[in-house]
Amino acid sequence: MMNELIELISNNLKIIYIIILSTFVGIEVIKSIPAVLHTPLMSGANALSGVVIVGAILVMLHSDPEDYVALTLGFIAVVLGILNVFGGFTVTNRMLEMFKKKK
Amino acid sequence: MSILLSIIYLIATVTFVLGLKKLGHPDTAKSGNLVAAAGMGLAIFGTIFIHDLEVPTIIYVLIGIAIVIGSIIGWLIAIKVEMTKMPELVSLFNGFGGASAALIGMVEFSKTIDDSLQATTIISGIIIGAITFSGSLIAWGKLNGSLKSVVKIPQYNIINNLFIIGIIIFAGYVITTGVNSPVFLYSLLAGGLVYGILFVLPIGGADMPVVISLLNSLTGIAAAITGVLYNNMVMLVGGILVGSAGIILTVAMCKAMNRTLGSVIFGSFGLGPAGIEGANKTLGTIKSTTASDAAIMMNYATNVIIVPGYGLAVAQAQHVIHELEEMLTAKGINVKYAIHPVAGRMPGHMNVLLAESNVQYNMLLEMDDINPQFNNADVVLVVGANDVVNPAAHNNPTSPIYGMPILDVENAKHIVVNKRTMNAGYAGIENELFYNSKTSMLFGDAKAALTDLVSELKGM
Repeated sequence: MMNELIELISNNLKIIYIIILSTFVGIEVIKSIPAVLHTPLMSGANALSGVVIVGAILVMLHSDPEDYVALTLGFIAVVLGILNVFGGFTVTNRMLEMFKKKK
Repeated sequence: MSILLSIIYLIATVTFVLGLKKLGHPDTAKSGNLVAAAGMGLAIFGTIFIHDLEVPTIIYVLIGIAIVIGSIIGWLIAIKVEMTKMPELVSLFNGFGGASAALIGMVEFSKTIDDSLQATTIISGIIIGAITFSGSLIAWGKLNGSLKSVVKIPQYNIINNLFIIGIIIFAGYVITTGVNSPVFLYSLLAGGLVYGILFVLPIGGADMPVVISLLNSLTGIAAAITGVLYNNMVMLVGGILVGSAGIILTVAMCKAMNRTLGSVIFGSFGLGPAGIEGANKTLGTIKSTTASDAAIMMNYATNVIIVPGYGLAVAQAQHVIHELEEMLTAKGINVKYAIHPVAGRMPGHMNVLLAESNVQYNMLLEMDDINPQFNNADVVLVVGANDVVNPAAHNNPTSPIYGMPILDVENAKHIVVNKRTMNAGYAGIENELFYNSKTSMLFGDAKAALTDLVSELKGM
């Protein structure tokens, strides 16, 4: 069990580094944000989580054109993913636009 | 993977960090959003076109159609939505992201089930994606009013916890057996979907923003998990960024509401002995006023501070309040808005609403800046706010909101409170401010009451 764990860690060291460092970057970047910007920030972060669309595209690229199930699921995943990304960035922009013209 | 695509992903990742960073300052927020969006676009097009796979044209066409359909729908929703509906919109979009992650997992399940490490990632992706999808849809329904009642199943905490433990044990079993069975796949998916519903259903509407932020963070984690599966850096880093930033944002929201994450999820507000005791105590008499009396009071004031709250957002009164503020300013009265960090339907939401109705940015003062100024205010107009102006947060250690930072409205000379009824705020506790001898209550819908105030002031 212990050996397996050590092996798991050593095989995935790069990913573990990335996960830990990215977590800290995420925390540091957000830490001292004024409450004024919480709503646009949440909406912007939500748009970023749509990065899952990259995976949806990979599913479609790797699908056999005869595999209708995979293609259909992949297709829906791309539609929903881009909806999240495009809608998210657009609405965040719309909100921030309102702040800007007051300056 | 080609080196060109790796470089594109690297650039996209940097734009995500930069974008989030810039989103944190009012001056750079807009460009931050655009930078991150550009990086995302780059990552998407890079993924489609830069690879050494033999891909039939029909698949490119399908991807193109999917992107066009999704973009048009997303764009239409985003430009049409009313600003007061922002929390439910974020929730809806977030649900779509979660669904996308779950669907990817469903396609990959059969290909990865024989490798226990890959199977673990893909199954976590399916379950988390399904939870965020169904959970976000429930949150969306609750916020737009189609799901009104708070469903309280007896012992739901225990049921929920047993349920998620059951899912984890079952997932572990599926991973160890390594059998590619559609029954397993659909059971895992169904388990995630049901848990998402069970998780969000008992949580009250006012706590929904915290839940949305948490679910948003979970979608990020689902994206990161999918990134691990594909060894795809932009998904991994982007997902983790959203995940960790989302957790911090969730905690910040809880802090501003004087709640712990645990009490939001397990819902203990207003049920404690303090809430009941407060409700039974007589706090004196309330004094009700009319629009014309309130208008006279403001007409002869030098300093007026407006405290907008949730009720203003619900009544869509953000344009009328701006009209009132302009009218008072035209009369030479010094008007300011006091913005509590959680005013509106989610933190920062009030700023968006007032900005939408063209209120000058420099008239909005945050809690720490405005609190010393209440001493000099002749009239404070509280519109649809309750818990954020409740003095119990300062002087009643038994109150559930004791210790929550509030706006020190009681220091003003006169206080006019607009509220629909005498019902307690979402915390379910009485507000002694309403019984203060300096307070007059202006009952009625925020929009109607403010419109009356404006027309009274016009005649003066």
